[in-house]
Amino acid sequence: MADAAIELVGINKSFGAVRANRDIHLKVEPGTIHGIIGENGAGKSTLMSILYGFYQADSGEIRIGGKPAAIKTPNEAIAHGIGMVHQHFMLVENFTVLENIILGAEGAALLNRGIARARGELHRLEQEYGLEVEPDAVIEELAVGLQQRVEILKALYRGAEILILDEPTGVLTPAEADHLFLILRRLKDEGKTVILITHKLREIMAVTDNVSVMRQGQMVATRKTSETTVEELAELMVGRRVLLHVEKGEAKPGEVKLSVRNLTVKDSRGVTMVKDVSFDVRGGEIVGIAGVAGNGQSELIETIAGIRKAVSGTVMLDGRPVDVTGAADPADLRRRGLAHVPEDRHHMGLILPFEEYENSILGYHNDPEYGNGVFLDLKAVEADARDKIAKYDIRPTDPHLKTANFSGGNQQKIVLAREMEQDPGVLIVGQPTRGVDVGAIEFIHKRLIAMRDAGKAVLLVSVELDEIRSLSDRILVMFDGRIVGERGPDATEGALGLLMAGVEQKEAAE
Amino acid sequence: MFADVLISLLDLTIRLSVPLLLACLAGLYSERSGVFDIGLEGKMLAGAFAGASAAAVTGSAWIGVAAAVLAAVFFALVHGFAAITNRGNQIVSGVAINFVVAGATILFGQAWFKEGGRTPQLTGNARFDPITLPFADALRDVPLVGPIYAELISGHSALVYIAFLMVPLTWWVLFRTRFGLRLRAVGENPAAVDTAGVSVTWLRYRAVIVCGVLTGLAGAYLSLAQSPGFVKDMTAGRGFIALAALIFAKWKPVPAMFACLLFGFLEAFGIRFQGTAFPFIGQVPVQLMQALPYILTVILLAGFIGKAVPPKAGGVAYVKER
Repeated sequence: MADAAIELVGINKSFGAVRANRDIHLKVEPGTIHGIIGENGAGKSTLMSILYGFYQADSGEIRIGGKPAAIKTPNEAIAHGIGMVHQHFMLVENFTVLENIILGAEGAALLNRGIARARGELHRLEQEYGLEVEPDAVIEELAVGLQQRVEILKALYRGAEILILDEPTGVLTPAEADHLFLILRRLKDEGKTVILITHKLREIMAVTDNVSVMRQGQMVATRKTSETTVEELAELMVGRRVLLHVEKGEAKPGEVKLSVRNLTVKDSRGVTMVKDVSFDVRGGEIVGIAGVAGNGQSELIETIAGIRKAVSGTVMLDGRPVDVTGAADPADLRRRGLAHVPEDRHHMGLILPFEEYENSILGYHNDPEYGNGVFLDLKAVEADARDKIAKYDIRPTDPHLKTANFSGGNQQKIVLAREMEQDPGVLIVGQPTRGVDVGAIEFIHKRLIAMRDAGKAVLLVSVELDEIRSLSDRILVMFDGRIVGERGPDATEGALGLLMAGVEQKEAAE
Repeated sequence: MFADVLISLLDLTIRLSVPLLLACLAGLYSERSGVFDIGLEGKMLAGAFAGASAAAVTGSAWIGVAAAVLAAVFFALVHGFAAITNRGNQIVSGVAINFVVAGATILFGQAWFKEGGRTPQLTGNARFDPITLPFADALRDVPLVGPIYAELISGHSALVYIAFLMVPLTWWVLFRTRFGLRLRAVGENPAAVDTAGVSVTWLRYRAVIVCGVLTGLAGAYLSLAQSPGFVKDMTAGRGFIALAALIFAKWKPVPAMFACLLFGFLEAFGIRFQGTAFPFIGQVPVQLMQALPYILTVILLAGFIGKAVPPKAGGVAYVKER
């Protein structure tokens, strides 16, 4: 058997007290696609950054093609034929494709020959791998999928034989992701070795030959993909059985809690994003809004939450009107029992540099239980934060830790704890599990079901169709700002997909 | 008559634009690399003082220039050490340099030369003399071309020609060389440069050093060519006007030259027409004429430049993400 393309022996890496990688052993066979899967914070990215020379391991050895390799800088990794496609693209946005590709590999002090050579080489790579991209296009004008292609080309241009992709599909549409997988297979056929880091089981099953599972900084298993199952991998990832299917009883819908009529909303550019939308949410039910991102869901929930003004329409909360075209404000709505978990926790849900306990009362900081209106009762706030940390299993359990240092799943739990513990009558939840690991997803789903069973009205917006289908009692599909159909939870993925794509609206609506 | 006035006005414009242009290009290198530099003023002043002092002692203008460059590079490295190595606040570091230099030049000036913070009057080889280009005298009487060549283009000191040659040179460096490509990249996305295997720190230090060299030349021009010696605070806000010009030019070399010429023209206009009575308006107070460039700077910056997008990573120290 040939030497492994990459072999990691006993890699250890700590950041302060956090042991990000513990005694990692890994063998990647040449000419294969090797998946590395694990929850957020399991240490996958750290390990790959060590391989790429971005960090140095505290101890351990890297062997490339059977020979020990000291990789201290990205330059040395590149020299060893390792290329990396980062999760956040390492591209200069106002540069052209060519400029980005030659950056750091210009060849000579003057650019003209480097650019000419890159142009020829790019043409060859395009032919060989089907990676078409306009060499003189400016990066910021390219779609995300194409930007990623430039990242791949960058690595190939530097002669990469081993390509590492860190969560490559996080920013891609499903179609773009499928195209990426085609490219990866083609790379494999040409003899390249691909390492795919992801937390999405579906991708592992779809494209890899072998898969290694990481959990809490350790490499817990390596399997042949053909000899394992989604269930086994999920269990290995979280260390116990996961309910991929959400268990829930019958819904018992009660009074109408939230009523939306003829709502029309424009975005900041003046484009009408929500068009004449009407629906009700009753206590004791979860209403899911399905749709491809950008079809007005964000604007809809922001308007109901009082963040955005409507052009026209009415919203009734517990039978009383909300002034959505005028003076509605989120603080007032919170007092009236409407809680909002925003879609983007980084920009709207949390202030990342704040300590955890400060975020745990954000938006409720004027409530009498946390202070007298001038001074905060910090003891009460901290006690309250500790209480939420315990109830929602937020880790680490330190209320004084900077919020940015929590993993995505734990950050989301901080937001959910804050909003749910106020015991709201209506809960609006946007993308509750975006960028959240499997264990936390399960926890969050259970909490949402518990809210429903406690008689609350829950409005759920998610681009994850599985999530919508497993949680919702009724599913509304949004397309181009309108609600184009309502379905029960038993609707098939295909039927919803057609509605979401806006095709055959008439037939699909029966 | 009108042509003579115009030519002398434009000649003055060129002379006054030179320190702005050198400082503006200095800022361009630094800011394109992602290091904001509000300390152009201080570095220019340090250069002017060091240049005049060295020239006064040695009697050589070129030794003066070398001293000016060294002094300005020293402060550029201080700024680099604060902003790049220690990831300090770039504005605070720049402001500190401005204050330190403003005080230190007077202090050392008084201690060394005992002339109230001035350096001695420079004469002879300690100053830059105008260079008369070939055929300038022969062509002087040719209509139109003659005066333009003889008065406008010929008859400046070496530093003027160096300053204007720096414009195409900077353009070429920025857009045609490896260093320029990396420099522009590091100001936009240092992480991209780092992952491409290029040192962000060393790249930014080089940019800051180039900035020091150019501000040194700007200072040397002030005290060795424009005036015969150093007087306190002789930069008089030119470092800040240069920053304004840099924004006005959207961090591009050729527009930077035109922006500096425009600001130079406004200053020249203020000087040339002091005390002159204008038709319909009458005599304009001297103070208003002197304020003219600054007033127009505000108006231009507020209304006429459109969207000026600075380098995206400007002002932010680079830290590898965890």
